Amino acid sequence: MVAKKGAKAGGASEDAVEDLARVPLQAILLADSFTTKFRPITLECPKVLLPLVNTPMIDYTLAWLESADVEEVFVFCCSHSKQIINYLDKSKWTNQPNFSVTTIESQNCISAGDALRLIYERNVIQGDFILVSGDTVSNMMLTQALQEHKERRKKDNNAVMTMVIKQSKPSQITRQTRLGTDELIMAIDPTTKQLLYYEDKADDSKQTLTLDKSFLSENPSLSLLNDKQDCYIDICSPEVLSLFTDNFDYQHLRRHFVKGLLVDDIMGYKIFTHEIHSSYAARIDNFRSYDSVSKDIIQRWTYPLVPDVQFSINNPTKLERHGIYRASNITQSRSSQVGPFTYIGIDTVIGNNTVISNSVIGDGCKIGSNVAIDGCYIWHNVTIQDGCKLRHAILCDGVVMKPGAVLEPGVVLSYKVIVGQEFVVPSYSKVSLLPQPVKQDSDEELEYADSNTEVIVTTNPLENGDSTNNIGSDIGENGRGVIWSISEVDHEEEWRHSVSPIPDSKLIELTQLVNEDLEVLIQDDQFLPIDVRESDTESDGDVRDESQHFEKEVEATFLRGVNENVKEEHIILEVNSLRLSYNMASENCASALFYSMMKLALDNSRNLGQDLVKCTNDVVSKWGKLLRPYLQGVDDEIEVIMKFEEICLESGKEYAPLFVKVLHFLYDKDIIQEEAILNWANEKEDADESDKVFVKQAEKFIQWLNEASEEED
Amino acid sequence: MPDTHALVNDFLNKLKKRKIEGSKTTAKMTAELLRTVISQQRIPNTNQAGALIQAINAIGEQLVSANPVELAVGNIVRRVLHIIREEDLSLTTASIGGLSLQALSDDEDNIDRDDRPVLSAAAVAAAARSTLRPPSLQTLLEDVPHSAAIHQSSSSAGDSEEKTKSTDKNSRSRKLKHNVIETVNELIQDIATCHELIAEQAVEHIHHNEVILTLGSSGTVIEFLCAAKEKKRNFRVFVAEGAPRYQGHTLAKELVTRGLQTTVITDSAVFAMISRVNMVIVGAHAVMANGGVIAPVGLNMVALAAQRHAVPFVVLAGIHKLCPLYPHNPEVLLNELKSPSEVLDFGELSDCMEYSTGSGAPLLHVVNPAFDYVPPKLVSLFITDTGGHNPSYMYRLIADYYSADDLVLQHRPAVS
Repeated sequence: MVAKKGAKAGGASEDAVEDLARVPLQAILLADSFTTKFRPITLECPKVLLPLVNTPMIDYTLAWLESADVEEVFVFCCSHSKQIINYLDKSKWTNQPNFSVTTIESQNCISAGDALRLIYERNVIQGDFILVSGDTVSNMMLTQALQEHKERRKKDNNAVMTMVIKQSKPSQITRQTRLGTDELIMAIDPTTKQLLYYEDKADDSKQTLTLDKSFLSENPSLSLLNDKQDCYIDICSPEVLSLFTDNFDYQHLRRHFVKGLLVDDIMGYKIFTHEIHSSYAARIDNFRSYDSVSKDIIQRWTYPLVPDVQFSINNPTKLERHGIYRASNITQSRSSQVGPFTYIGIDTVIGNNTVISNSVIGDGCKIGSNVAIDGCYIWHNVTIQDGCKLRHAILCDGVVMKPGAVLEPGVVLSYKVIVGQEFVVPSYSKVSLLPQPVKQDSDEELEYADSNTEVIVTTNPLENGDSTNNIGSDIGENGRGVIWSISEVDHEEEWRHSVSPIPDSKLIELTQLVNEDLEVLIQDDQFLPIDVRESDTESDGDVRDESQHFEKEVEATFLRGVNENVKEEHIILEVNSLRLSYNMASENCASALFYSMMKLALDNSRNLGQDLVKCTNDVVSKWGKLLRPYLQGVDDEIEVIMKFEEICLESGKEYAPLFVKVLHFLYDKDIIQEEAILNWANEKEDADESDKVFVKQAEKFIQWLNEASEEED
Repeated sequence: MPDTHALVNDFLNKLKKRKIEGSKTTAKMTAELLRTVISQQRIPNTNQAGALIQAINAIGEQLVSANPVELAVGNIVRRVLHIIREEDLSLTTASIGGLSLQALSDDEDNIDRDDRPVLSAAAVAAAARSTLRPPSLQTLLEDVPHSAAIHQSSSSAGDSEEKTKSTDKNSRSRKLKHNVIETVNELIQDIATCHELIAEQAVEHIHHNEVILTLGSSGTVIEFLCAAKEKKRNFRVFVAEGAPRYQGHTLAKELVTRGLQTTVITDSAVFAMISRVNMVIVGAHAVMANGGVIAPVGLNMVALAAQRHAVPFVVLAGIHKLCPLYPHNPEVLLNELKSPSEVLDFGELSDCMEYSTGSGAPLLHVVNPAFDYVPPKLVSLFITDTGGHNPSYMYRLIADYYSADDLVLQHRPAVS
């Protein structure tokens, strides 16, 4: 009420300013998730019509949109579009005052991108709109977020989208959020709330994140967050639709569109975030989030979208102590126990000594005696006969469990499956009357329930109904249904997205993994493990390239100096500028110059046929002074000696036998100090035999130096 | 009528979605809606009152089930039903009386009636009550002087009562409708002005240098305290903030702007402060037939503290809050559990609500009830727009305002 008034007041003031430019607030509701996470159920029923605490998901979304003052909703239906349209026609949504629901139907859209392109062609969106999918549960007020969005738009026309986010810490062990989605890493500018980086598929194996260097330099401040949950509620400007049309390869809203915009800096489109604190928002993406959101609803976080408030055509329900919701006309045996946080639908019958806890039981279910139900989602008209045991399972409409059947955690029974007597359905199995569709493409994006398969599929149940026996054996005596095989890749991930809690053994395993990683971290004694090392090796490569370049440049400068008789100071100046531009240390300059000299001497001796020693002597005595400015310490001199070693081994093998002679000469010329030679020898002591060749050659010289220094002492 | 139908649906929606808050607004909106319904209702020639009652009953039932916790809806529906019954009765008696009387000119009647229509209706109702019903204690007490004057009224005021004597059915039905609408208007007026009527009594209850304690915020309480202040009473107010909605903060702000000495305390400090308090004055969500109060959460604790220190616990309630039902298990059935997010931030605790580990059962549960039930023995006094009353007197008031036939609005067995 208050918010509504606020919205009206806001609208009025805007009217004054914008002068009749007010367009009704519109929303696009995608009634298709374009994924297959809810298979096999979604082969028979669209995801948005699946009951969530006994009310179809789409009702939550529509009720929220209505309460948030949205006036026009375009429901985009793709797979099972007829069912959705029929449902909406029958529901009260289509004849509400001030709230119009229009369906847009398409058979050949395979992604959210396609859907938005189609809506763009229809040309129905006039202003800013809300983009949600039909599986969103929220009670947030959009007024503030809309206001922020509009103000930003006034200042900057490129702010095309505002994403709603909410705090939610991912589990340290499983690296996923409580909604079963992958850990999400976002970078947000703390002042403007602009979204700078979005990554929902952080590499699990490495647990690292690589940010571009420029990214840090361009943004003076940014907060890197991993405890935010993407609510998949977007406030978009009309440009978003045209962007989808312009980029016809955009399929996925986040993976392509958001990342695309963030990477593309030519157009300069910006995405902003709006964080909600006290309100609730979540999207049902997989069975895990189905479980979490159901529990949140029962715990009333979604108020007023809770079972005892009639926000849609749901049945009147009374809330009792300990969070037990009961609809009317329930027949419950006195000896049965209904535990906390349970919903029981209208006309349900519960037999003797049955124990139910943390479960949702739909309308018209028949539950026999001595049944144990824990954490299950049982839809409508399900029959559970005596002695069954169910834990953390989903049972769709019309399922029958014969006496003594057992469901292990994580089982999903699709429509009208019959589980045979005493049959134990193994963990995480998915049972359906329909055969498992053959995967045509491993690309997840294309795994949609496309219209072709759907047509075949919908005719199938009838056939199966007639020829029950050929598939019955799968699920026990007199059972009906096929247990879908789970591909190996999926199997690993099955526990992540299931309705059942993650088994302890898995958790221990994961904890160990995390601990091991931590140990690695500690051993490395670094905080940025692999990441840093990777970048090190990369930059090593860079550095090598750079230094080779530098050497060449120095050599060219030196040769030019020699040929053109440039003054020494000028050569030094040029080398200095090179050193600055390549960001080299003085030792690099020394070694590069020395290399150039040696090469010149070598070339001279080859060309002129003179003795190499004499040539070297000439060159060094003439140009040796060049090295002076760069030989400021012992280390620099050692570097020169090592460079000489390298030359002897690689480019100028001729020098190898003359190593000691040249060294002695350098010593005489005061280019290399006695100390440097001794240190070099010491350093080499621990090295490999192969590295010691020259030390051995110079052994006598070193000995002599040693003696000389002792004499001096 | 599609028009009323849409209106009713709209109101139903708002009630269902909990978009209307506060019993006063709800009561006013309900009364206005019912007035529209009555004015648009087509009335058959026979059994007009029956048809009206049926129509209101049907709508009332829907309204009540839309938000069973908001008792003001049911109260107003029952009040309107009562009004219809009374008006019908007065017309019948008048027509009986009219038969014996000589016909007077219709024009004159109408003028008379337009002048003081309600008075006449009330007088007739009183007369009808005393003539057609076995005398109750109430009528005996109230009408001692009046019953003596019945003769007078039927003779001298007889000309004004004549209204019905016209045998023309059309005009009579119009009259019934007209009278009912007039009285409903009166009711709407009453709801709007109940604050003032209650506030007028403030000086009788608040004395110089007293300390008043209140919890949360209530429009009636603000008016009441300010009325005492305007009468130059000098007193202090302790405001318990009223977690989790903290409406006490807004109340404190309001009181300070009106120049009252105000102290804000936490709810948990109530017991510590109560010994310094002279009187507790609070608002209510609804008053039940037994004198129990459905009040904002936290008030039962305040009432208990007040009783422990023998501090008077005064409840201000407009007459539209008076509910003719007896509470049964009110802590649960007449309560509304609000969103836990008013108490805790979901994000902060998201890791406590991780269902993917352990048994999958939620370990953390946040309960946020909107109301408390204060039993009648803890209430010292009710101040309504008609004056101060004892809790034990409530059933009497109820008998005045509601008809026993309307107590159960639902004709089929209650759902649930």
